[in-house]
Amino acid sequence: MSKIRPSKGAPYARILGVGGYRPTRVVPNEVILEKIDSSDEWIRSRSGIETRHWASPEETVAAMSIEASGKAIAAAGITAEQIGAVVVATVSHFSQTPAVATEIADKLGTDRAAAFDVSAGCAGFGYGLTLAKGMVTEGSAEYVLVIGVERLSDLTDLEDRATAFLFGDGAGAVVVGPSDEPHIGPTVWGSEGDKAETIKQTIPWNEYRIGDLGSLPLDSAGNVKFPAITQEGQAVFRWAVFEMAKVAQQALDAAGITPDDLDVFIPHQANVRIIDSMVKTLKLPEHVTVARDIRTTGNTSAASIPLAMERLLASGEAKSGDTALVIGFGAGLVYAATVVTLP
Amino acid sequence: MAATQEEIVAGLADIVNEIAGIPVEDVQLDKSFTDDLDVDSLSMVEVVVAAEERFDVKIPDDDVKNLKTVGDATEYILKHQA
Ligand SMILES: CC(C)(COP(=O)(O)OP(=O)(O)OC[C@H]1O[C@@H](n2cnc3c(N)ncnc32)[C@H](O)[C@@H]1OP(=O)(O)O)[C@@H](O)C(=O)NCCC(=O)NCCS
Repeated sequence: MSKIRPSKGAPYARILGVGGYRPTRVVPNEVILEKIDSSDEWIRSRSGIETRHWASPEETVAAMSIEASGKAIAAAGITAEQIGAVVVATVSHFSQTPAVATEIADKLGTDRAAAFDVSAGCAGFGYGLTLAKGMVTEGSAEYVLVIGVERLSDLTDLEDRATAFLFGDGAGAVVVGPSDEPHIGPTVWGSEGDKAETIKQTIPWNEYRIGDLGSLPLDSAGNVKFPAITQEGQAVFRWAVFEMAKVAQQALDAAGITPDDLDVFIPHQANVRIIDSMVKTLKLPEHVTVARDIRTTGNTSAASIPLAMERLLASGEAKSGDTALVIGFGAGLVYAATVVTLP
Repeated sequence: MAATQEEIVAGLADIVNEIAGIPVEDVQLDKSFTDDLDVDSLSMVEVVVAAEERFDVKIPDDDVKNLKTVGDATEYILKHQA
């Protein structure tokens, strides 16, 4: 048997820069109320959401990603040619193949970086970050760009009062690169496919074949409905506040970090009530800064954690070098939590 | 050991106090969670999860919506506790 030379990576990895892009159009709750029987007060009290951003036709998944990535690359102090891999976490890129990651890698000016998409719902960013850490330490890429991007407005049924107000659009990106010290902790992740039905796409694409359209549901104007994200809100809420607090605690334990050591908590921005409940269950001390970007961004699935991270750093509520617990969870059901040093 | 009716009401009072900040003495059998105790549908999920732990019962989502009053919840726990 011949001896195969192994690849050689960096001792550790860290997040070197973060960037975000929010679509220009800001959508207040009043716009949501045009289509559903609800109230600004109900939406705010049940979800914390006041406004969200919806993308224009020009603000495509690729275009938003390129904007966010450009900022992340600049913040990391590297050039696009140094990027060895581009990982895009999304569920709302509507061309099944090829992956949107290749277009992004090309337009950013990488030197033929490896590029692929990841489908892991609202845990997508954590899944991508974990892959990136592996690539950097194993040696298949020196720098990895991880993007979380969604146009969930395209997957929202505006006539469904259980979800119409929840979702938003945007992109967040980080550059992961080599480090002499550990700055990304162990990932606690997993899936619970027995709960796959609790968050899902209403209608699979293959039911839209010409000839079968007659069996599909219609909206109030009589048009065939587009697929949308639907969920069993209470079941998901229960799972999130109860089970995800345990996962967050496991990620702290795995990293050897106590709540007292923590500076920042960036959970997936699904609902401010889930965030508040997790903060209570984890007994996070007062000094921990908690991301509540949901208020003005809505739930942007895979994009929510990097967007919230970028905003906390830009506003000065968090600073470079802070220790942050991040946890994503959502459709699958899937989850991923880890402790990182902020760039 | 199974909890008595008084113990369950007292336990629910603690939980509602913790989650919604309502004084424990206000939590009475005839009180409605949403109308009298400021426990909305999402806080109710938190109450249920806390009650499950405290009284060693399983309260599935489908049953939660039938628990309108403290009395409903107490009766449910009495009947289903391990
Ligand atoms: C979506 C969510 C806010 C809905 O809240 P909820 O309390 O579960 O809502 P329910 O459907 O049980 O409805 C509760 C009450 O509010 C009413 N209601 C529902 N939607 C409403 C709306 N948009 N406006 C006003 N009232 C509404 C219902 O009619 C019901 O009233 P009733 O008790 O008088 O019958 C909540 O379930 C949630 O956020 N879950 C987690 C979902 C999530 O984060 N998913 C993403 C994870 S990645």
